[in-house]
Amino acid sequence: MSTSSNLLFLIALLPFLGALVPGVMIRAGRNVAATFTAVPTAIALILLLTFAPAVMRGEVIQAELNWLPQLGLSASFFLDGLGLLFACMILGVGLLITLYARFYLSGEDPVGQFYTYLLLFQGAMLGIVISDNILLLLVFWELTSLSSFLLIGYWKHLPEGRQGARMALTVTGAGGLAMIGGMLILGNIAGGYNLTDILQAGDAIRASEWYMPALILILLGAFTKSAQFPFHFWLPHAMAAPTPVSAYLHSATMVKAGVFLMARMWPVLSGTDAWFYIVGTIGLITMVLGALIALFKDDLKALLAFSTVSHLGLLTMLLGFGTEAAAVAAVFHIINHLTFKAALFMTAGIIDHETHTRDIKRLGGLRHLMPLTFFIGTVAALSMAGIPLFNGFLSKEMMLEEASHTYWAGNHYVVPVLATLGALLSVAYSLRFISHVFLGPVRNDYPAKPHDPPFGLWAAPALLVILVILIGVMPFLAEGIVTAAASAVTGADLHPHLKIWHGVTPALYMSIIAVIGGAILLALHAPLDKAWIKAPRPEAKAIFDRLIAAIVGLTQRITYSTHNGAISRYLAIFTIASVLLGALAFMGGGLSAPTRDMLPVPAVIAVGWIMLIVATVSVVTMHHHRFRALVLIGIIGLTISAGFVYMSAPDLALTQISVETVTIMLLLLALHFLPKETPKESSVGRKMHDGIIAVAAGAGVGGLAFAFMQRDISTISSYHVENSYEGGGGTNVVNVILVDFRGYDTYGEIIVLGIAGLLIYALMHALLDGPAARRLRNTDYSQDRSKDRHPLMMVVVTRVLMPIALMVGLYIFLRGHNQPGGGFVAGLVVAIALLMQYMASGFAWTQDRQRIEYHTLIGFGVIIAGITGAGAWVFGVPFLTSSYTYVHLPPIEEFELATAMLFDLGVFLTVLGAVMLMLYSLSRIARFAGETVNVEAMDYDPASRVDDGTEER
Amino acid sequence: MELLVASAIGAMTAGGVYLLLRLRTFPVILGLALLSYAVNVFLFSSGRLAIDMSPILSKYGEASYTDPLPQALVLTAIVISFGMTAVLVMISLGAYLEADSDEIDIDQADLDEDAAK
Repeated sequence: MSTSSNLLFLIALLPFLGALVPGVMIRAGRNVAATFTAVPTAIALILLLTFAPAVMRGEVIQAELNWLPQLGLSASFFLDGLGLLFACMILGVGLLITLYARFYLSGEDPVGQFYTYLLLFQGAMLGIVISDNILLLLVFWELTSLSSFLLIGYWKHLPEGRQGARMALTVTGAGGLAMIGGMLILGNIAGGYNLTDILQAGDAIRASEWYMPALILILLGAFTKSAQFPFHFWLPHAMAAPTPVSAYLHSATMVKAGVFLMARMWPVLSGTDAWFYIVGTIGLITMVLGALIALFKDDLKALLAFSTVSHLGLLTMLLGFGTEAAAVAAVFHIINHLTFKAALFMTAGIIDHETHTRDIKRLGGLRHLMPLTFFIGTVAALSMAGIPLFNGFLSKEMMLEEASHTYWAGNHYVVPVLATLGALLSVAYSLRFISHVFLGPVRNDYPAKPHDPPFGLWAAPALLVILVILIGVMPFLAEGIVTAAASAVTGADLHPHLKIWHGVTPALYMSIIAVIGGAILLALHAPLDKAWIKAPRPEAKAIFDRLIAAIVGLTQRITYSTHNGAISRYLAIFTIASVLLGALAFMGGGLSAPTRDMLPVPAVIAVGWIMLIVATVSVVTMHHHRFRALVLIGIIGLTISAGFVYMSAPDLALTQISVETVTIMLLLLALHFLPKETPKESSVGRKMHDGIIAVAAGAGVGGLAFAFMQRDISTISSYHVENSYEGGGGTNVVNVILVDFRGYDTYGEIIVLGIAGLLIYALMHALLDGPAARRLRNTDYSQDRSKDRHPLMMVVVTRVLMPIALMVGLYIFLRGHNQPGGGFVAGLVVAIALLMQYMASGFAWTQDRQRIEYHTLIGFGVIIAGITGAGAWVFGVPFLTSSYTYVHLPPIEEFELATAMLFDLGVFLTVLGAVMLMLYSLSRIARFAGETVNVEAMDYDPASRVDDGTEER
Repeated sequence: MELLVASAIGAMTAGGVYLLLRLRTFPVILGLALLSYAVNVFLFSSGRLAIDMSPILSKYGEASYTDPLPQALVLTAIVISFGMTAVLVMISLGAYLEADSDEIDIDQADLDEDAAK
């Protein structure tokens, strides 16, 4: 990987790395936070500028880091003219905003948080413009929605801020979802998710039948982000954000993301009628509508917000025209709009900061009190109006020029007239901004005493205003970057010439009409305003709120009708769905002829089958008597174990029989605290209904099993049988699979089992701290108890059995690799041996003699198994590769030592620990319930009794 | 033989599902136990039935063996299903002790109350 691509990664990462710092230095104050925000931004900007010469020459810097190439997922970035323009805007304005926000925010605001959010946003935005992979782009796209949510709602105490943030997130998030769909379609048509590939596949994409869905979905994303009609309403509500946020997100960067995307996709998606009519028309409507509303807004920021909507519409319209000249105008206007609009937002922020109001009707005459702000605001507003010698004029002229020869459905007048109207309204609201805020007499009722702000606040807008004038007077300064960006947008080699005087063109006439008309409109503003206020208008927020309420109501109804808290209903729905899906799949497949003969049925097996069926039916019919049902369940389990023995599965038989034992013990213990009878509360109808579901499920599963068993399939099992001895060093193939071939699965399973044990332990503790503890204390369980708690015979027998049982466990463990047995079974056998002591001699006696905590056993088990597996790495082989050797010590037979055995030891310990912990937890509850603890193991100790008796005599 | 195993699987599934749909915790636990038997035997049967062909390699040359892979899978499944049953038992015990009721469905009245909040 070359240095340049490394640097590109670094640029993409820097804002995110930087974001960590202000957040943790929350107490360090505004200067420190701002400095630490500026540093990564500045470094990224400098690094970016080192690429500028090459990119301006037309080179494309690329960097790719593959992640899942099969799925088209990779972290790939590229930097071309368009990306460079946007990246410079994001980082450059980011620096200015950092400075501005330092002075704008008060010391009481959590400034560290603000800068962290700001850098997060900056990183996300930067990611969008330099992503090559569109899936990566989508991730950054969503990140901008999220980080802008945090920024808009930054002043958490303001309800407008919270509502505005939510609205912005809902609208842009929904658009983002649509865009994901569109991008996936696009990637599917192009056969790759890298923009560089997609941009080559323009013809194929436009010819595809999926072009329209992709276009609409992607445009939904772009339109919502760039606040195009009818999604424009969120942007004014987002103005509740602190002004630096509005200046950064809502004029310079985030709202341009949609425009950026349309520009990026321009070579692929544009050039069709659908593109022209959707994008061009929506842009035109948005431009005129936004400008019209802006004229009648009294809140300075709302005026600027709607003017931004209008200018975004203008950009969208230009891209929609689909001509190269229009694309050049769009790129140029992106730069110009950035400079004057960010300056205007900052001016509005200064006015708000100094006069404590943004209401235009309470302002006026500020030119005497704030001359510097007046100058900055006026230059920027004149540029917005499109007055010559300011940069807004240049791109507006280019726009009008393009509009003047655009036909809309064959009509020559629609576009030019509406474009002129938009420009006219734009002049009107821009002049209103100047005259109603700065001109006129000085008033004596400002909420605060206005004066020019400190240097830190006016420096950033002043710099932007200098750019406005520089580009306005010497447009060739911007020619380089416009050329590079426009060439990148169109994919053609363009050489536009930006100049002030184009001669007497239609655009000039349209401009003159716009300026004069705008001035007249401003003069008539007072009566028009009265009419506007009286006129009925749809209130976007109310509509939005009603829509959201309707959606919430609908989802609530659906949720409550299906998800009503009745588990039995979910289970019924689940079972029915499974049966239906299974049946559907079965219908689709068809059934081949059976290839296997059925095995004969010996009499003893038939008896076992009858026992199992009778027991199953009895469990169902008698489940109200819980003890009886438990005994019947035991019968079923034992019959199955016997079946495993007969059908060549000795390991399964061993496991089943020992699991059966502990399960029944567990259920018995639990039943001690539960009601002993289940009340009969199901109606006949309900029983019928459940019965039908149950029979359908049983018939389905049974039929499937029957069909399956009669047919041969090719399996991978022969591999296991052949390699068991050579590869795994054991003759018990099942055990070798468990500890070697599928060792990773087993490792996961013992971890699950360990977690289950710990979970039960934790639950027990939670219970004993809650209201359950009181109930336990107050319930009388004495009638359940045996009069003779620890029968002598049982105590003696279990103690004698203990070493034997342990020996059996050890034996089963050791032979496991070659004969039926192994860690699972051995763990269960030893657990049963220990449980017998608990049952016979009592909880306290056994607990006294317990040396190792059961949690420790689980932990050691998992660690031993893990270390054994990892030990394979030392020898350079994959995790859990086993190795073995044969040892011959003279007195005993030759035996095998395998690492698999160590792994099995881990399994053994975990199983033992988990099982014991589960039953131990239940017994703890029993003790808590008031079961007295016997100090001596036996109620009646013959030895001491005889001694006592002797002394008495 | 196959018919017997299949019908046993079917019967246990049906019984398990029926008990799962009951309204108290204990029958549901029993139903789950029954269903896990059925599933274990079903998985086991996917290796086809074989008699006297244990997957223990013979010392005396060639022999045929049953499919060991389903057996290995079922072995862990048996142990895990025990763990899950135990967790379920503990949760239902806790629920009963906390609420003094072993019904598994939430009352509609409680739900409405929650919705009103």
